Amino acid sequence: MSLRNIGIVYRKELTEALRDRRTLISSILIPLLLFPVLAGGVVYSFAEILGEASREPSKIVVLGGADSPDVVADLKNAKNLRVVSATANYVDLISNKKIRAAVDIPPGFQAAVERGEHPAVKIYIFTGDIKSAFGATRIERVFTEYRDAMVRGRLAAQNLPESLMKPFDIRQQNVVSPEKVAGETYGGLIPYLVILMCMTGAMYPAMDLTAGEKERGTMETILSSPIQRTHLVIGKFLLVLTASLATATLSAASMGVSFWALAQLVPPQTEVEGFPMMSMHPETVLAVFVMAVPVAVLFSAVLITISVFAKSYKEAQSYLTPMTFIVLVPAIAAVLPGVELTPKLAVIPILNVSLLCKELVTGTYHWNYIALIFLSTSVYAGIALFLAVKMFQRESVLFSS
Amino acid sequence: MIEVRNLSKRFRDKRRGEIRAVDSITFRCQPGQIYGLLGANGAGKTTTLRMLATILEPTDGTAVVCGYDIVEQPEKVRANVGFLSTATALYPRLTAREMVQYFGRLNGMDDALLKKRVEAIFDRLDMNGFRDRRCDKLSTGMKQKTSIARTLVHDPPVMIFDEPTLGLDIMTARTITAFIRECRDLGKTVIFSTHIMSEVEKLCDVIGIIQDGKLLAEGTLAQLRDQHNEQDLEEIFVKVVAPHYSAAEDH
Repeated sequence: MSLRNIGIVYRKELTEALRDRRTLISSILIPLLLFPVLAGGVVYSFAEILGEASREPSKIVVLGGADSPDVVADLKNAKNLRVVSATANYVDLISNKKIRAAVDIPPGFQAAVERGEHPAVKIYIFTGDIKSAFGATRIERVFTEYRDAMVRGRLAAQNLPESLMKPFDIRQQNVVSPEKVAGETYGGLIPYLVILMCMTGAMYPAMDLTAGEKERGTMETILSSPIQRTHLVIGKFLLVLTASLATATLSAASMGVSFWALAQLVPPQTEVEGFPMMSMHPETVLAVFVMAVPVAVLFSAVLITISVFAKSYKEAQSYLTPMTFIVLVPAIAAVLPGVELTPKLAVIPILNVSLLCKELVTGTYHWNYIALIFLSTSVYAGIALFLAVKMFQRESVLFSS
Repeated sequence: MIEVRNLSKRFRDKRRGEIRAVDSITFRCQPGQIYGLLGANGAGKTTTLRMLATILEPTDGTAVVCGYDIVEQPEKVRANVGFLSTATALYPRLTAREMVQYFGRLNGMDDALLKKRVEAIFDRLDMNGFRDRRCDKLSTGMKQKTSIARTLVHDPPVMIFDEPTLGLDIMTARTITAFIRECRDLGKTVIFSTHIMSEVEKLCDVIGIIQDGKLLAEGTLAQLRDQHNEQDLEEIFVKVVAPHYSAAEDH
């Protein structure tokens, strides 16, 4: 193995890559812009939507209730509710988001309650619309207060203590750090994006250094030099890996900065509404990056192996585009709630790293899994690199014209 | 010195089955001589020269280039060969000088020697005006000069040219033929392939006529004229190749 020759090839490929606009865009510009746009744009606007929904009074319609003036008055007086005049086509109004909910008070509701009967109030909503959910919760709160006040009055009339109504309390309490809560909520997204970035960064150089070289007619030139094909392919592979890691590093850095900036921007009261803020420690970013290394090695080798079969850049693109989907499926699978690391999943490439990074983001370090995943991904990467070297020794692949 | 012994190359084609691109050819090229491989398109010239440059591996037989076997010691062979064809393009994003330096380094040259050598070649080929210009910004003539400099940088004793003037304008083609002659005068072993008769007549010391991967005739121009009782090389070529050509067509 001649490190000198590998170094010569690597330096030359690096010089060419740095002079290529397409490589610079895919490896540097996209990762730098993606996370600020994503974090700043999507997450911030989501926070805004939640904030707006919590501030805006919910428009509702009250159906019936003419003979239940007390509870209707309570609804009308509620600060975060705005009762609009009753209309028959409330379903359309809810569907079209003209109103957020409708509450159906049965005839004789107030009298029935006072007689000790058990009438039911219905709330009509648009499931999935967050503002409709807010409206329903607010209506429920009015009725709950009305019910509690009534029970309290009855107990007082009988000279019974108020605690009879609620002999004990149940409270849920979060015991994990805000980082973990946020990690659990959005953690899956981060490895998904880092894996995608490793792929994006490797893709263009892999095509350019193989199919592109054939297309430009330089493959025969380089093959006529005394360099061994193994050294040639390793030099090329190292450049693709550099691009992949540069993209991953830049995305990790840009991700860290974006989340930090977001934490400074979003007002703290948003958290009260059940929207945990994302904050990542530098060591988490570093850990995600370390796990991205074998993935980048795997991608670089696989992409070189596939694109060397292509005769032109365009042909390589058509081979590699399906690869993006193949990679995205396990990466997305890890984002699904409830999918957690098991020894079996720990040996499935990409899915394993994706799941592990999800854990890392929450600050959980399963060292056994880390070792297993790092090792298995490295083995896959080694096999892929071996195949890439083999492909470069096949005449039918190099001269597939 | 190049010594070719029963060199063969077979390819597998899905539709056509096995193709004998080169079929057991034997010949010898001496230092200070230009050996011209003359043949029609698809005769097996490129495959033969690619095997000699160790870009392709022979199926059978072998060749010895500067004392090194092309099958056993391909890297050693390549270190002693300068290979130029119209298919050997330049790296578009490297400058002319970087291109030549890259190949010098791949040939194991150290920086001091490389610097001297590059300067000498750039002076001789009058390349200093565009030495730091990127290859994709060079004219065809400049590109050819850069390619020549690339093949010469390690001063190889053997030069292989595969249809080096194909598609070039007359002035650029003349640069190449002058360079080929210069290589011979420097005592290098030169082999080149073409289908242009005038080039062969002007340049070659020994001519080999190839068709269907077989070497059908060989000799100096005078010998071929004597053997076939013809003065015009084109007529000689047609006489030699025609029976095989029609046989191949019928087949």
